[in-house]
Amino acid sequence: MAGKPRLTYLNGRGRMEPIRWLLAAAGVEFEEVYLETKEQYDKLIKDGFLLFQQVPLVEIDGMKMVQTRAILSYIAGKYNLYGKDLKERALIDMYVEGIADLMQMILMFPFSPPDAKEKNLESIKERATNRYFPVFERVLKQHGQDFLVGNKFSWADVQLMEAILAVEEKVPAVLSGFPQLQVFKTKMSNMPTIKKFLQPGSPRKPPPDAHYVDTVLKVFKK
Amino acid sequence: MSGKPKLYYFDGRGKMESVRWLLAAAGVEFEEEFLETREQYEKLLQGGSLLFQQVPMVEMDGMRMVQTRAILSYIAAKYNLYGKDLKERALIDMYVGGTEDLMGFILMFPFLSAEDKEKQRAFIVQKATSRYFPVYEKVLKDHGQDFLVGNNFSWADVHLLEAILMVEEKKSDVLSGFPQLQAFKARISSIPTIKKFLEPGSQRKPVPDDKYVETVRRVLRMYYDLKAN
Repeated sequence: MAGKPRLTYLNGRGRMEPIRWLLAAAGVEFEEVYLETKEQYDKLIKDGFLLFQQVPLVEIDGMKMVQTRAILSYIAGKYNLYGKDLKERALIDMYVEGIADLMQMILMFPFSPPDAKEKNLESIKERATNRYFPVFERVLKQHGQDFLVGNKFSWADVQLMEAILAVEEKVPAVLSGFPQLQVFKTKMSNMPTIKKFLQPGSPRKPPPDAHYVDTVLKVFKK
Repeated sequence: MSGKPKLYYFDGRGKMESVRWLLAAAGVEFEEEFLETREQYEKLLQGGSLLFQQVPMVEMDGMRMVQTRAILSYIAAKYNLYGKDLKERALIDMYVGGTEDLMGFILMFPFLSAEDKEKQRAFIVQKATSRYFPVYEKVLKDHGQDFLVGNNFSWADVHLLEAILMVEEKKSDVLSGFPQLQAFKARISSIPTIKKFLEPGSQRKPVPDDKYVETVRRVLRMYYDLKAN
């Protein structure tokens, strides 16, 4: 409707990154407002923008949407990335929820104490290779189609692509036992909207660094 | 399709309780298989029933569904508890997201040490009364309707009632500053399907006890060392 969606978050991946991916994959342009100070955040709360006092916040279609899953579901529904019926939705939901569990480990990683980082990295590698990637490898192998659900590009494909790249940043050879996922990754990379998102200058955010961690701690300090 | 939904979980609340609530609210009868031993769990794993090696798992409509949110969304949509359009869905999803976060603080409660339990109890009450309950109080006050979204009974109402009762178990007078929520609680509790679920003998599970915690730890070989928020 009127104007582009507007995303309010920190200038980094965090919980907003899957939303950036999904909007980009759907070919939807969006604006971003970056939280840099506690004062900005406190003002957002005071002005009643944040239903539960939290970001992500996405202003879209006259709504001030919060709760990452709610936002993603709305975008997927609106842009036909949510399957053709209830059962395809259910499959997509199962897949994205599983991937979200894996991404949660990556999300928390920069905030883990230094002496826990090695253990946490091992956990990410173990979960990716033993719990999550085998599922999608098998799904793709069994139906032989390009996309995870219903032979059609969906939110599940976008989420899986994001997860593959995020894990590869931590565990570079992680796809070595997963030929289907290697092919999937290549195919997704060549889809025009995703290809564009993967190019420099896109809204895609870099891996979190020390500055990002500091900003998070500063903005959300109690 | 063939028969009732079948729920695979421990004989206790955990992540499955919201599913029990929603099925009950929709008037849907369901069966349950309770995990009591490690061997049962390993058998489920080996049989390939658990997509990500986890429960909850619900067999329904020819699917073996996992991931609580996916299960709840499916049930809500199937039984017309998910609003009439995309925007009502969005509101329901936002509200459910909030109550899920709140109930998440309570989910881990039984696994905490006695000292951490007291800390967590205070944390739960503080979040309930300063972050979550005021939102729903305001929603109900602003539109003056009986239900949270679209003047129609939905998943959001069921989930909020479940959350209210769970927080009340931690502090019985927690609704004292929330007149709208008190009225909401009375109203939703008297809906026939929910009233039935709240009666003794229903499939609603009691507050988790030490036996529940021991069973979960033994079957999953996890959750030995949880800390308060």
